[in-house]
Amino acid sequence: MDIIPQIIVSGLAAGGVYGLIALGFVLIYKATSILNLATGQFMTLGAFMCLSIMGQTSAPFYVSFMVTMAFAALLGVVIERVILRPLIGEPIISVIMVTIGLASILRGLTHIIWSPDYRSFPPIFPPQPLDLGFAIVPSGLLWGFIFAMVCTALFAATFRYTRTGLAMRATASNQQAALSMGIGVKNVFALSWSFAAVTAAIGGIIIGNISGISIHMGDIGLKVLSVIILGGLDSIVGAIVGGFIIGLLENFAGVYLDAVMGGGTKEVVPFVVLVIIIMIRPYGIFGKEIIERV
Amino acid sequence: MRCGDFKESYLEDEKIFQTLFVKFWLVLLAAGLILLPAIANEYILYVANLIGIAIIGAVGLNLLTGCTGQISLGHAAFVGVGGYTTAVLITKVGMPFWFAMPMGGLASAAVGLVIGIPSLRVKGLYLCIATLAAQFILEWIFVHWEAVTHGIRGINVPPPQLGSMVFDTERSFYYITLLLVVVGVGFARNILRTKWGRAFVAIRDRDLAAEMMGINLFRYKLAAFAVSSFYAGIAGGLWVSFIKVVTPEHFPFSLSIEYLAMIIVGGLGSILGSIFGAIFMVVVPEMLNVIASASRDLFPTMGKHFIPMKEVVFGTLIVLFLVFEPHGLAEIWHRIKNFFTLWPFSY
Repeated sequence: MDIIPQIIVSGLAAGGVYGLIALGFVLIYKATSILNLATGQFMTLGAFMCLSIMGQTSAPFYVSFMVTMAFAALLGVVIERVILRPLIGEPIISVIMVTIGLASILRGLTHIIWSPDYRSFPPIFPPQPLDLGFAIVPSGLLWGFIFAMVCTALFAATFRYTRTGLAMRATASNQQAALSMGIGVKNVFALSWSFAAVTAAIGGIIIGNISGISIHMGDIGLKVLSVIILGGLDSIVGAIVGGFIIGLLENFAGVYLDAVMGGGTKEVVPFVVLVIIIMIRPYGIFGKEIIERV
Repeated sequence: MRCGDFKESYLEDEKIFQTLFVKFWLVLLAAGLILLPAIANEYILYVANLIGIAIIGAVGLNLLTGCTGQISLGHAAFVGVGGYTTAVLITKVGMPFWFAMPMGGLASAAVGLVIGIPSLRVKGLYLCIATLAAQFILEWIFVHWEAVTHGIRGINVPPPQLGSMVFDTERSFYYITLLLVVVGVGFARNILRTKWGRAFVAIRDRDLAAEMMGINLFRYKLAAFAVSSFYAGIAGGLWVSFIKVVTPEHFPFSLSIEYLAMIIVGGLGSILGSIFGAIFMVVVPEMLNVIASASRDLFPTMGKHFIPMKEVVFGTLIVLFLVFEPHGLAEIWHRIKNFFTLWPFSY
């Protein structure tokens, strides 16, 4: 069997999940101009939550999934209210550092609560791989991809067609105007954080299903930064397209560059892409071009 | 009775050793630091060395992030470049430590110049992400450039020698660290009151305005990156010679965060703050360590939880300081000092 279609398929599947996580970054960035570097820890926390609810109470997957989502949404709101709200108007370094501090706290807590051992999810999806004729899709990747796409579509639809989504878009495009039109901008901030926490938790659960959970899963959150830079920090389409591109590039690098460079290129290629994009086109493919020359 | 400290010229205002009172206490401090090895045990000297190395790194980062306003999430990688260059020059080229360490600093400064280039096009968030990417790329190079770095096995570094004297104990190494800290801090303090220092601060406060006033952004931003990574490189060279080994695991992303935490807790843009922050951030984990081993009987799992506990404490400190005391320990120090200077007539 040819290897290229196989790479493309697994690249696209991984890219779908990246897109979903990137969506969380973009939602927060659009609403509040904050880059949440704790996204990776939201993922890990979500995955561990879901796993332990299933393990402790032997509840079916969809129940524990719902509970995890509720918890993630609550966590997002609490974090926004307690930590981010006092920093509105502070310089950007403070805001970034606060999310880094948050990441550190969450990583330490997950480490203490769940121990650094590697876990794997009990099988949730049917185990048969899908044979496309030219490539075989492992069941984890296939269902992960479908799940990620459904969630992304749901979020995109919420954003596009509901009243809440309208309020969020209004806030993103002009905070002052949104305020004067009677939109509760603070509620929108809280909502964006809880949406982002939920997308991150879903991403965490999907990745946990594909490749198991450990406390190092949070590193993927940093890798997704390259997705949003590539797609444009403030573009939802960009997050999805960027996710696919990075997923593909990463998998191609994993096969072809590893042979030349000796292992581990999968981890570093997204960052190289990131630096190149920042150098030549910082606003990404779909981002809003803000020209400020100094 | 003193009721305040009034300055009548700019020269007076910019003096480093302002009053007789300050000079007196600084001399006392210097004497205390020089005599410390005579009274302290090995453990305290070990911590003192770590503090010294952290101070050099933190002062460097503060020049870049606190004074020039360019956020760097890749400081640990610069420390790593310095550490590796020093180690490779000592072991492969056979260069003595005294030349290898400055070379490590220069190599790190050169890498810093390259990483600094995006800062000319992008700032804020984007620069922060670019330096983060640099951290991961350099970390990858440390692991995978086997021919030079020996991958994850690392390199064993011999201790520095001067004639027949070998600096291989905490006690003897302390003097190297102390000397470099004094030189480093003195240099940074002086940079800040020169044209360069004022240019750095102007760029931080408003880059457009700085450009309008004739400050060459290209030159000074890169200069800030170079100086900052030079400090990092020196800290790295010193560190690997102190712990006598260098592996990629010594320079993780979390070390970059630790350095940022130091300057935030200490006080952004303040040299004194970098020193406070470095001391604080080294001493707190050591205290945790002591508490953990003391309470081992009560909580047998404490030892296992030490590393995550450290992460939680660091994170909490960063968040608390940013929310409640954005100017850090240096500001608290000033407040206390002012209170006592004017006491009891503080109005």
